[in-house]
Amino acid sequence: MPRTMTDDIRAVLRDHGRLAVDVDRLADESNLYDSGLTSHASVSLMLALEERFDIEFPDRMLRRGVFASIAAIRAGLEELVGPRS
Amino acid sequence: MTPPTIAGDLVETARRIAEAVAAPAADAVDRSARFPHEAFAALREEGMLGAFVPRHLGGRGATIGELAACCEALGRSCASTAMIYAMHQIEVVCLVRHALSSPLFRDYLAELVRHQWLIASATSEVGVGGDLRRSICAVERDAQHIRVIKHAPVISYGEEADDILLTARRASDAPPSDQVLVLVRKADLRLTRTGEWDTLGMRGTRSLGFILEACGSAEQIVPMPFAEIASHTMLPTSHVLWTSLWLGLASDAVGRARAFVRAEGHRAPGTVPPSAHRLAETVAELGMMRATVHEGLRDFERHQDDPDALAGFGFAIRMNNLKASASHLAPDIVARALGVCGVSGYRYDSPYSVGRHLRDAHSAALMISNDRILSANAEMLLVHKED
Repeated sequence: MPRTMTDDIRAVLRDHGRLAVDVDRLADESNLYDSGLTSHASVSLMLALEERFDIEFPDRMLRRGVFASIAAIRAGLEELVGPRS
Repeated sequence: MTPPTIAGDLVETARRIAEAVAAPAADAVDRSARFPHEAFAALREEGMLGAFVPRHLGGRGATIGELAACCEALGRSCASTAMIYAMHQIEVVCLVRHALSSPLFRDYLAELVRHQWLIASATSEVGVGGDLRRSICAVERDAQHIRVIKHAPVISYGEEADDILLTARRASDAPPSDQVLVLVRKADLRLTRTGEWDTLGMRGTRSLGFILEACGSAEQIVPMPFAEIASHTMLPTSHVLWTSLWLGLASDAVGRARAFVRAEGHRAPGTVPPSAHRLAETVAELGMMRATVHEGLRDFERHQDDPDALAGFGFAIRMNNLKASASHLAPDIVARALGVCGVSGYRYDSPYSVGRHLRDAHSAALMISNDRILSANAEMLLVHKED
């Protein structure tokens, strides 16, 4: 099965999110902050996502809501790179 | 002539209480590290504790700018009084902006206006290293009640407050960053003192350590997550009100230095005393601080109803800069004022004394430590691009 954007987001989240729960058990819509994402870890997550997807988040996207769930991150990335499978 | 507005009255009232009540007591409050009860009796008398509560709940519907002007006025006379007033208002602003959807909090705020209740804050906790956004204690629930036990290294005016707003994890299985804000009432509260408050400055705030045990109902939890309350309201309001009172404190020290130089000038007409040059530098620095503080206030007022802007890194960085800059400038300006006044400023029994101002001003860098604030900005600047 080809690797999806969501798989990549989950991989970055696993390496940089420092969550209190197993990333594989999170639903796409689960709130990451409720799962232990701190503001400190969210900056690492943003940097790692920028690196992985070769993008730069514009300042207007640098706020909590944009990184609140896997689905929200995906929506933000799609806005920047266009939809991927 | 247009009739005076309530808003003007509010700041004028703060100014009058500052001069007539807080200033004469300031040295005694400082020396005995006691609560400024005469200033708070006067503030209550004038309904000043409910100033920010909306008019439909009986308050005066004040703006953040008016609260800032009140803090500046009080800060000129007694920094402890101003800080207690600011801390109380920060709690009220959080409730007005984030809890009015709840009938319990609407009733509470109306009662606060009627009885002029004073709210203290229990956000810091032993073991989290000064991080506002992490809690160890948690809200424990059974069918009817909630219960919280918190080891608080400081609760300013904890013994004098009517009620306390505290942070805790949402539930016993929630991670440290998943916090809520809970209102606990004096009657449902046990405070066991764990420390004293014998400090360099801000002695009247009586920021003692406590083990706090409280119970209540689930409705006393503010409905919005604390993460949002913190970034949208608590941090910007704190930084705007704190820096305003530090501006008042620094202005009063400079006012004393100006009076000292004028007196010198009168003694030797026709010459410019050497202290006048130091004063010129000091006045310039105070002007810089005033511009910084007023711009910070305008920034918050401009964006206060725009959740996207309040949640953004750009706004958080600017509010952090406001606090870091003003807290650096305040003790520097007071030290310069001391340099102008010399021994007359150094001694306590002189109208030019700035000793209390200097000691109080050194608290500014420690309240949410500047190291923590600059680390947060350093981190955000890894991804933030502009400003």
